[in-house]
Amino acid sequence: MAGILEARGLTYRIGKKDILNGLDLTIKKGEIHVIMGVNGTGKTTLASVVMGLGGYQPASGQLLFDGEDITTLSITERAKLGIMLAWQIPASFEGVAVREYLSLGGSNADVPSLLKMVGLSPQQYAGRFVDDSLSGGERKRIELAAVMAMKPKLVVLDEPDSGIDLASTGTITRLIRKFKENGASVLLITHNENMASVGDIVSLLCGGKIVKQGKARQMARFFEKYCKGCEHVGKVEEEKLNG
Amino acid sequence: MASPASELDAMVEAYSAAGGDKGSLASPGHASLIVSGNKLLGKSEADGVSIDAKGTPDGVDITISVEEGKDVGQVHLCIGMLQKKGRQLIRSHYIVGKNASVDFVSHCIFPNAERMQHLMDLDIRLSSGAKMSYRDEHIHSERGLVVKPRLRASIGENAQLIDEFKLVKGAVGELDLDYEVTQEKGSSCELLTKLYGKKNDRMRVKESLFLNGENASGTAKSRIVLKGSAKAEVLGEIEGNAPYTRGHVDCHEVVEGENAVAEAVPRIRVNNPLARITHEAAIGRINKKELETLMSRGLAEDEAVDFIVNGLLR
Ligand SMILES: Nc1ncnc2c1ncn2[C@@H]1O[C@H](COP(=O)(O)OP(=O)(O)O)[C@@H](O)[C@H]1O
Ligand SMILES: [Mg+2]
Repeated sequence: MAGILEARGLTYRIGKKDILNGLDLTIKKGEIHVIMGVNGTGKTTLASVVMGLGGYQPASGQLLFDGEDITTLSITERAKLGIMLAWQIPASFEGVAVREYLSLGGSNADVPSLLKMVGLSPQQYAGRFVDDSLSGGERKRIELAAVMAMKPKLVVLDEPDSGIDLASTGTITRLIRKFKENGASVLLITHNENMASVGDIVSLLCGGKIVKQGKARQMARFFEKYCKGCEHVGKVEEEKLNG
Repeated sequence: MASPASELDAMVEAYSAAGGDKGSLASPGHASLIVSGNKLLGKSEADGVSIDAKGTPDGVDITISVEEGKDVGQVHLCIGMLQKKGRQLIRSHYIVGKNASVDFVSHCIFPNAERMQHLMDLDIRLSSGAKMSYRDEHIHSERGLVVKPRLRASIGENAQLIDEFKLVKGAVGELDLDYEVTQEKGSSCELLTKLYGKKNDRMRVKESLFLNGENASGTAKSRIVLKGSAKAEVLGEIEGNAPYTRGHVDCHEVVEGENAVAEAVPRIRVNNPLARITHEAAIGRINKKELETLMSRGLAEDEAVDFIVNGLLR
């Protein structure tokens, strides 16, 4: 299967620190690809580099989308190719109704069913503003619905479950599967092993590289055992990887 | 000179062209007032609302009273001038009785203004437990005019005032807005100013709240977008002069124009240890994350800017 997204030797620096350090990664078409890593390993940085956000131009390396080099494309150009990002902490928009926000891709968006998909009542939420009056969890659900509305080819979900109560993670995993059913490939960023279980494949990010890949179950066990208590963020311990 | 009837038509037409709802100016059961220059073109009272208005040499003096305990719903005001030049002084008094409730929807329309002055003196008195909202939208010509709204309000115990001044259609010209509110025990007040300045528009905004009674609360909020060489100065001022008063100054100015200048000065003062006043101001370019979020949904940068600006000024 061809890669929808390929990162080749991606390096991204802040000052003298390599946050991404020659990272190689292939996301196959139609798969849910989970990136796990503890806090501060560079997961959000990777998402930002993939979306091409300001200040996130890699120092070296290449990004290919569907075979095309997108390393220097603007955010808008990437979005037009079908790359979308659901932010870990979404921005707020004063005076913009949820209905309008979900229709950014066109007025034919089915707002009620999008809201239902993320577990929000259309009557209660369609007319609310996408501003600070929403709770963090509500805002994140709306972000997921907004990205769903865009019918992406590749969706990058940065910790979609953070800030959402445990009881609702089912809604989120169902939604992630829905992306896949709709033909999208998913890059799912998380540090939650339960969330990772929806993945077809899990990659572990550590020290600016993908250090290990495997099936969700096996990777979750590894993460639980070695990464959770690990204080050596950024330092890869080779012997553990092979153990 | 146009006949009053055709002038009324022209005002109503300008009102509706600016997005106003024609029907609301003559909706049965609701009070309304239509003024052009120094002429009274229409007036209708309703149960609980009395309107006294008379022409002066250069404007109109208006007194609107709402009877104690009455909830009168909306009162529509349409005030303007169709001429290119002139001066209009509107002196208005709003007196709302105990526990009464009223929502003013005001449109000030100057579609042809070239050299025009519009002076608006508002005197608002809310008795205890009264509730009043006053939403004033200005619709200007592309040249703009000199506008000086001056508001003095006293809010009685547990009374509530919501005031919104909005000038986003047409050019501002020169605005000098000066609002001052004194508040008694348990009262609340929200002041909100929304402005869209372009070219050489000049805007001065002063929103002041004096929280003089225990538990009084208020916000002085402004949202301003500046393009071209527009300039804005905002003073948001709140004093907490009694225990448990709470106030917040919230100013957000987006500077889009190459030569635009924004200035914000909060002045907050507390002279009671149990009072608490806060302020926040954000001036300058649009928030990067908001912009990039919209771009990541396929909007070009200028489309994203318009989208954010529209929301802010809505
Ligand atoms: N502006 C910055 N200046 C310095 N360090 C930063 C900056 N932004 C992020 N970092 C650092 O980069 C690393 C990766 O951050 P991030 O990608 O947000 O991690 P994650 O999403 O995996 O928690 C962290 O160590 C963080 O502290
Ligand atoms: Mg992160």
